[in-house]
Parts: sequence; structure tokens; C-alpha cells
Amino acid sequence: MEKILEVRNLSVAFETYSGKVQAVRDISFDIEKGSVTAIVGESGCGKSVTSKAVMGLIRKPGKISDESEILFQGENILKYTEKQWQSYRGQQCSIVFQDALTALNPTMNIGKQITEKIRVHKKVSKQEAWQEGIRMLELVGIPNAQMRMKQYPHEFSGGMRQRVMIAIALTLNPKLLIADEPTTALDVTIQADILEMMKGIQKTHGMSIILITHDLGIVANFATNIIVMYAGKVMERGSAEDIFYSPAHPYTEALLKAVPRLDMEDEQLETIEGAPPNMANPPTGCPFADRCRKRMDICKQEFPQETELAEGHEVCCWLWKGER
Amino acid sequence: MDRKAMKKVFFSNKMTVVCAILLLIIIAAAILAPLSPYDPDASSVAEKLQGVSSAHILGTDDIGRDTFTRTLYGGRVSLMVGFAAMCVAVIIGTFIGTISGFMGGMVDVVCMRIVDVFMSVPSLLFIIVVYAFMPRNMVTLVLMLAFFSWTKVARVVRAQTLTLKERDFILAAQALGVSKGAIIWKHIIPNLMPQIIVAASLSIANAILDESALSFLGYGVQLPMASWGSMLQTAQKFILHNPIMAVAPGTMILVTVLCFNVLGDMLQQILDPKLMK
Amino acid sequence: MADRAEYLLEVNGLKKYFKVGKKGTLKAVDDVSFYIRKGETLGVVGESGCGKTTCGRTCIGLYDKTAGEVLYRGKDVHQMRGEERKQFTKMAQIIFQDPYASLDPKMKVRDIIAEGIRSHQLINSEEKIRERVDELLVTVGLDQEYGDRYVHEFSGGQRQRIGIARALAVEPEFIVCDEPISALDVSIQAQIVNLLGKLQKEKGLTYMFIAHDLSMVKYISDRVMVMYLGKIVEITASGQLYNHPAHPYTKALLSAIPIPDPKVEEEKVRIRMEGEIPSPVDPPKGCRFQNRCQYATEKCRMEEPELKLIGKDHYVACHMC
Repeated sequence: MEKILEVRNLSVAFETYSGKVQAVRDISFDIEKGSVTAIVGESGCGKSVTSKAVMGLIRKPGKISDESEILFQGENILKYTEKQWQSYRGQQCSIVFQDALTALNPTMNIGKQITEKIRVHKKVSKQEAWQEGIRMLELVGIPNAQMRMKQYPHEFSGGMRQRVMIAIALTLNPKLLIADEPTTALDVTIQADILEMMKGIQKTHGMSIILITHDLGIVANFATNIIVMYAGKVMERGSAEDIFYSPAHPYTEALLKAVPRLDMEDEQLETIEGAPPNMANPPTGCPFADRCRKRMDICKQEFPQETELAEGHEVCCWLWKGER
Repeated sequence: MDRKAMKKVFFSNKMTVVCAILLLIIIAAAILAPLSPYDPDASSVAEKLQGVSSAHILGTDDIGRDTFTRTLYGGRVSLMVGFAAMCVAVIIGTFIGTISGFMGGMVDVVCMRIVDVFMSVPSLLFIIVVYAFMPRNMVTLVLMLAFFSWTKVARVVRAQTLTLKERDFILAAQALGVSKGAIIWKHIIPNLMPQIIVAASLSIANAILDESALSFLGYGVQLPMASWGSMLQTAQKFILHNPIMAVAPGTMILVTVLCFNVLGDMLQQILDPKLMK
Repeated sequence: MADRAEYLLEVNGLKKYFKVGKKGTLKAVDDVSFYIRKGETLGVVGESGCGKTTCGRTCIGLYDKTAGEVLYRGKDVHQMRGEERKQFTKMAQIIFQDPYASLDPKMKVRDIIAEGIRSHQLINSEEKIRERVDELLVTVGLDQEYGDRYVHEFSGGQRQRIGIARALAVEPEFIVCDEPISALDVSIQAQIVNLLGKLQKEKGLTYMFIAHDLSMVKYISDRVMVMYLGKIVEITASGQLYNHPAHPYTKALLSAIPIPDPKVEEEKVRIRMEGEIPSPVDPPKGCRFQNRCQYATEKCRMEEPELKLIGKDHYVACHMC
């Protein structure tokens, strides 16, 4: 499969008043063209920081290490000039944030915000841009698009606002769409609607999507690939089937069992005791070791290298060392 | 934010550190004023209106008093009046502000209208008029200054109380059966400290300015007691002849007020959690 | 409603309106009646804006009511005054959603937990209070030494535990859990839910568990109440609700919940709702759900359905059931 994005040895650290927080620590992964990859993990695991790095949105006090490489269609985007970044963002790669209310300009109507983006990147008339905007709103399932274009963000409901965000992100047909917890702030019914809509668009347009979430449930029917992150490290990655039906890492397993399932009776909720480590001073060994039920002596000493269990299914865990 | 981080932010801004050090020097100088070899009030006509010399480093005034010594003693008075007025203003302002904000309803309406009335009275003129009927001493001065500056504190405190009282931890205290007074005292006021400290530092600056203005007009600190304002008043007659007489207290007022204002601004930034995330 | 003696809380025709702007009234809770038995957990679910939080807070007297009554052990909560009201705050407690906002940042953990003990003067010597707080910290799974720290040093899950300890300090018998896990990470959610379950068993607590996460509610509740725009649409035993939901809204809500299993998800049939949730300031006439319901008839548009019994302990507000 052709790869649209290759992340190599990415490390991101934030200089704060309470020390250097190592948000992402030397991670590597690929995103295949036309795939939907979910990056799953708890808050502070580095999933959002990873997505921001791909968008070139890491700002001071954050710093991407010099060894890091992010290849977009074979080109290292970390070497981009500001001008190259500008044309990359929006045309090649777009991002949707969790909080649509703060991501939209409250003093500008929706139409202006969409056409502005179109006209920055493409030489088209205002009229054409406006038509394109209406088309985008219709694409994301906003009724009365013509009238809605003239409305302001506060006149939209949370779900509709998120749709607007997605419409703006999808204008100019980016090859890669990053959705950073797009439905976390929404109710379940609206979440289901939006995911369904995104899935539909992905099928017809064939772009690649990186879906960032803490909820394994919402990606079950959407993601083709899953990357599980914990404390700035990739713990396991593989196809959706691999992760859901044969999770290899104890963390992935625990994560799946920590959520009660609606379709099961009388199950026991398994808790992961303890809390994630402090990223200002991350452990040298496996960061999950302290909470892991299958912990061995070596786990606390050294972080395990990746083990390939099957084509595309890789895990970083001492349990699987020497299995092959 | 923890104390360590606060300290780091504070010291990372040079401007604040400079202002804090300047203020400390001014306060120390005022406290240590008696170490000066001269009596601030003793006149010596033979030495009147001298310029800068090794004996009188800032010269002398029209009746031969050492300007440097008088500036130090003047600082004592100005700072003390400013500080005392601020304390009174902050106590009244916090009291009215929290009650007004927390109780809401009619209490709030009445308190805020009172504040409006106070804010629309030209305070300096009012004080001058009142002075005609009151004993002219420091206590009156402090009370009068505080009387017109608590309103600013009250407004800030009330606005903050309004947002605080919607917070869940206030609801939680109510759910535990904690009384209103105890909630204000134990939860609201400690959480208002940042705003109160900022308001206090701005309030000192204002009080010092007002005191100087009043003393300059002859209604504040009474001669022969020195304050920066009254020194300016004396100096105005000799401004061309012996400018240093005016420059010394004038600079002190400027520097002190500026420092308090800058510190207030900086504290606002340090104590605002939104800016510090 | 046969054995009222075993009801801890009985709510009859409760209404809570808020004024919005000059003329509007937000009917956050509009004529709801239900009961909670001693020792059980009543789950309350619904989308944001359905009035579930307001309902919970009104039930323990944190909000004044607009109409109706809330009877706690037969006594009207909103009629209680003075000492009686204070005694009630000892019996009924609340745990909040946002563990960041619900703990006073200027207080030490120890003082936060001890606040209820002091306000009710349950223990009079400072030393004994200290011991009791240590004991509570251990009960909720925290280290005793945490008592002398400030809340900003703690993670979300730990803060929620502090919130639970604060509620437990006055030894209540009834706790309103107002979305206690919504703000937490999945791995921490299970910890808190299991802790609440354990405490219920040990202390015989009664919970009103408010959440928007239906799968968690199903896990922890004996009975579940579904709310929509300030009204109860369905209320029944948890198993019954999930296996045989009667109200179209309940069905739609249930079908929207993602299941972490690709194959099950693939085969799942979603029941869609039309449009969006209307504003509670201006709810539709008749049944509040009629404009989004695919089964709506003329009757639904004209007449508001009453909550009626359709099976054992199973109440639904729908003309079609």
C-alpha cells in the first residue's frame, strides 16, 4: 500500500515552569493512503501533540527534536518554510478540533470563514467561492445551506458547528484529514450522526483520516487501523481487527475491558489501577509497567522494541519478545 | 499554580524585579530616615536654599532644612497614608463586594447603587469641603481617602464573586450545610486573594497620588510635617531658583506610583490562571 | 406505587423553571414524578439539556423548586428550614461532574474533606477529625499523606476520589452522583465506578446516578430513568430498559451508543432521529419528542402523553406503547 504519511522517531517536548514535559517520545508509524487510522489513548498520552506536529502547529514552548522526521508523500515537512507550511495546511492536510466554538471566529459568518480559506489558496471569484462553500455545507449534511452560510457560529448547535468545522476542513479536498476528538463534546446521538457522515464522505472522497480519540468504541465501525498510545509512546498498532479481537498489549486489553458493553450482561468491569506516569519525568522502562498485571522484572528497566506479530500488527511489550 | 512556578514567572520579568527592588529601597529609606544627621523640621536660615553639596546632598529649602532628610520623612508619611488608606479601602471594599455579589437580589442592587453614587462624587473637591469641618489630622486624611477608593475594590470583588459563586465547590459547600457567612469567609475570600492583592497595589498608588495632591493644595498633611505633596507645595515658589527642591519629592511620587502600578499589572498576570496554563 | 414505605425519595410533579432573558422560561424540569427505593441506584440519562442535572440538584434542595414536591423519607425537602434543613444536608450528598471545579483550590485536601464534619460538628476534637479524614482517604483509595496537599497537585481521578470522600465524611445515606465520570479517562472511569459500587455495598448507600453514558449507567444502575427536554420518557429496571426499550427516544439513544466490536457495530441497525433537539425554552406541543419521532401521529402532536405503566415497574410516556 502507498503511504501518505510516515512519522519517524518523532519526539516533542514542552519546556514548562515545572520542568521539561516529554509529550511524545520517539514514536514511528505510517498512515496508508485512503485509510482511517485511529490514534487511541488517554489524556496526556501525546495523541493530540502528535497530530499537531503533523500539522506543524507545535508552538513555543514546544519543541520537536532534531532527529524527528515527518514525511508527507515522501517529503520531510519538518524542513518546510513558513510559506510551504501555509500551502500544505489546508490544501494537503486539514485538522478538525474538539471544541468547534473556540475554533470558529465568533464575529464572522460561516460563509465568510469558508470562502476566506478557499480564496487564500485558490484564485477564484467571491461568487465561485461562495458556491463552493454551499456545496461543502451540503456535503456535511447541513440543511438550508444557502441560508446557513450567512449565520454566525453561535446560531449553530454543537453538532452543527462541528459539521461546519468539518466542512471548512474539507474544502480544497485535502489528502489527509486529522480529526482531534471531533465528537467528544457531543451527545451520543449526534456523535453517531457525525461519525456516520464522516464515514460516508471518506468512502466517496477516498482521503486518509487520522482520528484521535480516547474512546475505542467510536472507532470500531470506522477505523481501518488503530494506534494505541500511552505516555508518549506507541504501545501497539495494527488493523482494527487485530486490536479488537486479538489485542496483544496488556494496556490495549485493559482498555477494552474498562468500558462496559451495552450488549453484554453481568460483565465485570476491569479497572486499571493507578494513573499514567508524570511526563516531566517519565520512567525509563515501559511506562505502563506500574499498572500492568503481567509485569516482569525487565519491564521497569528498559522499554521494549517493537515486535511484529503479524503483517502490520506490532506491539511494544516484553511479553512478546522472542515469540516469533 | 504552585509557588515555585509563581516565583519563576515573577523573577523572569526584569521590570517587576526592578520595581520591587526600587520599592523596597524606598520603604527601607523611609523607615531608616532617623539615621540622617539632620532634623527634618529644624530650620537654619543661614543655610537656606543651598544647592547640591557634600553636606546637603539634595540641597536645602527656603528655611534651611535638608531636602534629602525631608524627602525621607515625607516618604514615611506618604507611604503610611497610602498604605493605611489602602487597608481601610480593601476591607470595606471586600466586605461590601462579597456580600453584594454573593447575596444577589436586592442587597446587590442597593450596594451597587451606593457604589455608583460614591463614584460620581468628585472626591478631591469633596474632601476639601469636608476638611473645613473636620480636625485636620492623619486619621481624617486616611479615612477620607479610603472613603472614596473602596468602591473600586468593591466592584472588582463583586464581579469575581459572581463568577466564583457559580463554581461547583461553592455548591458543594452549600450541600454540606455550610452557612453563607462561612462560605464567604472560607471559600470566596481566599479565592479572591489574587484580585484583592492587585486592587490593593493599585489602590496604594492612587492613595499616594491623592494624598500628594491634597497636601500640595494645603489640605492634606499639615506643615511643618513633611510629605511629598507638601514639599512640592513649598518648592513651587522656588522652582526656578532651586529646582532640586521640587525634583526630589516629585521624582519620588512618580517612581513610587509607577512601581506600584507596574507591580499591580504584573501580579495580575501572575495570578491569572488563564494566562499561566 | 405500592410500598411507599421503602421509598427513600419520592418526587411528585416536580417543576423547575429558569428565567431566560426578559420573557422566556426555560423549563429545565417539567412535571416529573419518580421515586428511589432505599439502597438502590437510579440511573438518570438523557442528552445535554434534558434537565437531568437540574433534576438531581433540585432533589437535594440545592435549587429551589418551581412547583411539585420532593419528599425525603416523607418530608418535603424544600419546606425544611433551619436545623431540619441542616440535618438533611447530612443525609443527602452530591458528587459533581467536574473534579476541577468542585474542589476549592485554596484549601488543603484535609480541610476540604473535613468541611462537612466541622459544619455539622460531628467530631469536636481536631485530632479526631484528623484521624477520621485519614480513614476517609484510605476508604476512597488515596494515600493518607495526600491530606496536606492542595488539589492542583492531583489528577482528575484522584480529585474525584477527594470529592467522594468529602461527600462520605458526613455519613450520608443518599448521594446524587452528577456525571461523576464524564470528565475522566476511560481507565479511570472504571476505577471510580467500582469504588462507588463498593461503597454502596459497604455502607448501604442509595444513589441517583446521572450520566450521559448509557453503557456505564446500565452497568451501575438497578433502574434507569430516561429524560428528554425536562420530561421523563421512560423509567424501568435497567435490564428491561436495555433489552426491551419501549419509547422511540430510548431506542434511538440506545442504538447510537458505539460498541467496541467492529463486527457487532457493522450489523447494528441505528434508529435515527430527525433533526435536532429543540430548545427547552420553546418545546414542541404535544409529546416533546413528536417532531423527531418517526412514529408520530396526529395525537402525539396534540396531546402530551402521561407516564403509564406497561409492565412490571416499567413506565413509559408514549401514546404508541
